[in-house]
Amino acid sequence: MKPAKFEYVAPATVDAAVEALRAANGEGKVLAGGQSLLPLLNFRMTRPAVLVDLNGIKDLSFIELRGDRVAIGALTRHREIEQSPLIGSKLPVMAAAMRYVAHLAIRNRGTIGGSLSHADPAAELPMLSLFYGASLLVQGPSGRRTVAAEDFFVDALTNCLEPEEIVVEIEFPILQHDGWAFEEVARRFGDFALASIAVSVRRRASTIEDVRVAVMGVADTPLRLKEVEAKLRDIAIDNQTPDRFSGLVTSCVSANGDLHASAEYRHHLLGRLARRAMQTALATKG
Amino acid sequence: MSVTVSVTVNGTKYDVSDVEPRLLLSDFLRETLGLTGTHVGCEHGVCGACTVLVNGDSVRSCLMLAVQANGAEITTVEGLGTPVALNTLQAEFREHHGLQCGFCTPGMLITGEDLLRKYPLATDDEIREGLSGNLCRCTGYQNIVAAIRAAAAKRAEAVT
Ligand SMILES: Cc1cc2nc3c(=O)[nH]c(=O)nc-3n(C[C@H](O)[C@H](O)[C@H](O)COP(=O)(O)OP(=O)(O)OC[C@H]3O[C@@H](n4cnc5c(N)ncnc54)[C@H](O)[C@@H]3O)c2cc1C
Ligand code: FES
Ligand code: FES
Repeated sequence: MKPAKFEYVAPATVDAAVEALRAANGEGKVLAGGQSLLPLLNFRMTRPAVLVDLNGIKDLSFIELRGDRVAIGALTRHREIEQSPLIGSKLPVMAAAMRYVAHLAIRNRGTIGGSLSHADPAAELPMLSLFYGASLLVQGPSGRRTVAAEDFFVDALTNCLEPEEIVVEIEFPILQHDGWAFEEVARRFGDFALASIAVSVRRRASTIEDVRVAVMGVADTPLRLKEVEAKLRDIAIDNQTPDRFSGLVTSCVSANGDLHASAEYRHHLLGRLARRAMQTALATKG
Repeated sequence: MSVTVSVTVNGTKYDVSDVEPRLLLSDFLRETLGLTGTHVGCEHGVCGACTVLVNGDSVRSCLMLAVQANGAEITTVEGLGTPVALNTLQAEFREHHGLQCGFCTPGMLITGEDLLRKYPLATDDEIREGLSGNLCRCTGYQNIVAAIRAAAAKRAEAVT
């Protein structure tokens, strides 16, 4: 229950961090908030030779408006996102989801870059990055590149990064919507979700102009359901819409069962959450 | 490899050389500094017993390396009050019988302090949500919630 030995480096710049990873020859690991990595180190489920601590890199922590996007530095803590007035006004679905991310003491340390990189299938920020269609700026030995969130999550706890690449920042397009909802059920508040859904709706009079929907906890990665989005476009809204939406969502995911909940239960739960989310999204303005 | 760690804990400055980078902050506090008020339960962030304040924010000391606390100000349960002069929250824990064996109590108190500072805690639901990351095997939580509710009421009185 204690980490094995490692070399510790705390570079002051991203360039130096990438160089430290390169010098570690595949044996290096990046440390951000440590809220997922430290448990793995304590259990010795991972034993890197070199730990590259990003916490000394000051310009990795910011939230800023860039035209029709909000950019968030990789080292920005969950708690800063939870409190940010800019996130509250421009990315309200994310703002609403943050209180579901673990517990205060973990939000005080955990970072958005770490959460995305860890790629837990039941974590809120990975799902929201798909929901918003975010793009990740990553830096490696051969420079910087941009990765779309939909290409980033490869499998449970697996992202598409090369071992020497670091997530630097994430850009979230601001969605235009008339209503939205975020719903989640976990066994205990702050635990990883059993199922969760984010929805936003743009309407033209009583017709759906556009829907965005992403779910998690029911597959090896979070999912954006483009199929469902396409089927609801230009549909007239009536009191059957939430049920219809729920049916579409459940028909295109097949949940996995585990220790915490059976596949049937998760599937059922997702349907209920979908209906509730659509009811809320159609009822609210904003 | 070893490093030097300089920290202020409960107002006292410590400079410790020869710290292995893999030493957890929880073990640094307990074993190196002898401050055994901070308890260690799970060592993977789940139980909350090891929670301390680092620069005013509650953190799991089992999920932080001692070397990462270099330059920081830390408050452990020993820094909240003394047996003869309990702080408000500690006094409410005593008043409401918010502990039995006491194992979870350091983490509950530190978490409570951070919650009181950051959230309105206007309802029991909000208090329970805030405490959801701290496990207690004895009390059934009712009296812990009652103690924090009372401390939140005292805080509201003091403000108005
Ligand atoms: C008890 C508990 C409950 C939790 N509940 C939830 C929950 O409900 N929802 C949720 O979303 N999360 C939850 N978490 C996880 C928490 O949100 C973590 O903070 C997060 O998943 C990882 O972020 P981190 O900054 O701590 O990353 P770290 O733990 O430091 O790193 C995680 C991984 O990402 C890599 N990494 C980190 N930063 C970068 C980067 N910039 N570029 C490339 N790779 C990087 C690391 O090498 C490591 O492999 C919980 C954690 C605990 C301990
Ligand atoms: S010992 Fe740190 S959270 Fe349990
Ligand atoms: S009082 Fe015994 S664990 Fe909480």
